[in-house]
Amino acid sequence: MQSRPILVGLASPRTGGMLALAGVIALLPLFLSNKYFYDIVVLVGLNAIVCVGLNLLIGYAGQISLGHAGFFGAGAYGSAILASRFGWPPIAAMLATTLAVALLAYLVGRPILRLKGHYLAMATLGMGIIVFMVITTEDAYTGGPDGIAVVPFSIGGYVLQGERVWYWVVGALLLLAVWLAQNLIDSPAGRALRALHSSEVGAEVVGINAAKHKVMVFVISAVFASVAGSLAAHYSGFITPGKATFLHSIELVTMVVFGGMASTFGAVVGAAVLTTLPQLLAVFEDYEMMVFGAVMMGTMIFLPRGVVPSIARLFQARSKQQIGDKESGA
Amino acid sequence: MKSKQAGSSIKRGLAAVAAVFTLMAGTAIAADPIKVGSFLSVTGPAAFLGDPEQKTLELYVEKINAAGGVLGRKLELVAYDSGGNAEKARTFVKRLIEQDKVDVIVGGSTTGETMAVVPLVEAAQVPFISLAGAVVIVEPVKKWVFKTPHTDRMACEKIFIDMQSRKFSKIALISGPGGFDKSMRGQCLGVAKKYGIEVIADETYGGGDTDMTAQLTKIKNTAGVQAVLNAGFGQGPAIVTKNYRQIGVSMPLYQSHGVASKEFIKLAGPAAEGVRLPAAALLVADSLPQSDAQRSVVVSYKNEYESRFKSEVSTFGGHAYDGLYIVVEAMKKAGGTDKAKVRDAIEATHGFMGTAGVFNMSPTDHMGLDLSAFRMLEVKGGNWTLVK
Repeated sequence: MQSRPILVGLASPRTGGMLALAGVIALLPLFLSNKYFYDIVVLVGLNAIVCVGLNLLIGYAGQISLGHAGFFGAGAYGSAILASRFGWPPIAAMLATTLAVALLAYLVGRPILRLKGHYLAMATLGMGIIVFMVITTEDAYTGGPDGIAVVPFSIGGYVLQGERVWYWVVGALLLLAVWLAQNLIDSPAGRALRALHSSEVGAEVVGINAAKHKVMVFVISAVFASVAGSLAAHYSGFITPGKATFLHSIELVTMVVFGGMASTFGAVVGAAVLTTLPQLLAVFEDYEMMVFGAVMMGTMIFLPRGVVPSIARLFQARSKQQIGDKESGA
Repeated sequence: MKSKQAGSSIKRGLAAVAAVFTLMAGTAIAADPIKVGSFLSVTGPAAFLGDPEQKTLELYVEKINAAGGVLGRKLELVAYDSGGNAEKARTFVKRLIEQDKVDVIVGGSTTGETMAVVPLVEAAQVPFISLAGAVVIVEPVKKWVFKTPHTDRMACEKIFIDMQSRKFSKIALISGPGGFDKSMRGQCLGVAKKYGIEVIADETYGGGDTDMTAQLTKIKNTAGVQAVLNAGFGQGPAIVTKNYRQIGVSMPLYQSHGVASKEFIKLAGPAAEGVRLPAAALLVADSLPQSDAQRSVVVSYKNEYESRFKSEVSTFGGHAYDGLYIVVEAMKKAGGTDKAKVRDAIEATHGFMGTAGVFNMSPTDHMGLDLSAFRMLEVKGGNWTLVK
């Protein structure tokens, strides 16, 4: 009996999970011996922020987006252009870019989200590709396919530089993103989203404004992607259109699915695994991609709901069984 | 059962750790190898660059080691596949610098990947030789960054000089959407004036286009065009060449060094006859005169590569050869792997004969090639021939 409340507590979104994540972020530096490891973790954090947002859309609202790299790229390039070419303060550039991306997502989302299934996937894909094409062709501003240098992020006179500083900034923002997502899911709006996921018609029958909720969550996820994009641009110091490619969109969706849909922490785990895996697998050299594929297939076969939900279920099933054993024994 | 298993796995783990430590201690007693780091686009859209580059590095590191290494120490190649992705390139370079602690970096197949890592190598002060094309890599000069390939500006200049000698002054430009095409178009427009050349038509085509007749017809109907230059890469230029003949344009057609491979002649077929382009001597290695100072270098590289990998040599692999040997020579000159000394020695590279030409680097020139590195070639009888 003892184990169950603890497990439930850990699984309860706003307390246990957040604490565990905060603990991991606080303790991780003990194991990071050099800047390279910090760099990987920062990239994990940035990807995780995007995935937490994308998971709201895919996992909870049940809407697919194959164009999120477009929002990421728009955020990155918006910040880069405003801050580097026009000399805006980075924070102002980031805010302006985020607003612009939110507006873009709203305008695009309204008509697009009336579509369903494959049509929605295609429309978001098209949007992502348009962003990519604009970035590649408008080389007077974006530097074209060869990319553009970005000034470091600064607030007031303080310049954010070095992997360690960025680690704490990205860590804090990831916590914030997770907190926002968990709160949203636990709110009436979140329940409305889940209702939409199970049955859009059913949800509308009970009085949920489907269009409004879908657009809302689309805009929120675009904002997450855009902010992560802006930060990634300043952190890297140089960006190329590679950030906005269709392939990157697919990677993001894969992270969400791999970690486990409809699980915020699953999105974080998915981002962490898929960002670090290529680094770990680099030792296989020529067979890297094959091993990568094998890991992906293995996970999907043995943990079909994604890493976190599948393992959580396993624990739940086991603790239920224990309770059952004890009750029947008593 | 369980505890026993756990015990044995811990033992195994300890044994592994011990083995690693003995290994590390073992190598510390013998001379440490010199670590050459590399990140190349071995897969992905730029694989045609990264693949021959990686093969070349592996081949020659092996050969150098077989001949006793450098300064009595073996070379160790640490290479990662960045897949044409600037973000990956950046992470791998951090890994090379922080984790692998390499002495020097030779790599970076594309300009984007190279530019993304420039801030890192500058901060870490590691000598870096890039294998990418664009001028921006070495202009303005960056203290720790060098490159071995010719620039697109040099290609433009070589072409314009040839045009001058044929008394052309009004030309048309047609280019594609890629990074190479865009960069070269910009450079050509920039230096045209210097050679008294006026670009009176400037057309572009898209990435997936399979027919460029519309753009070419426009050029054909522009009064006064004397020659056409196609700044392009991949399939596009072959299609341009075919369409060019199909609509019966009679003006001379110039291509860029971007299509300097047999593949282009195969794709364009008989339409390629008479097309001129600037390229490295490597392409015409066997037909270089015996007196040519570059002949022995390019012929031996070509033979080594082709006999080992059973595939045709490309200029891209040659850039890796040049980069590796410039580094090796610099280390010999510096008498060690002290990064600052090696950097100075690279900068002082003088008269080094590579596959791309003679390298004469200086504090203001971190590439060191001049226009003599390019040969003007013409397609004749389905093969490259030197324009005399």
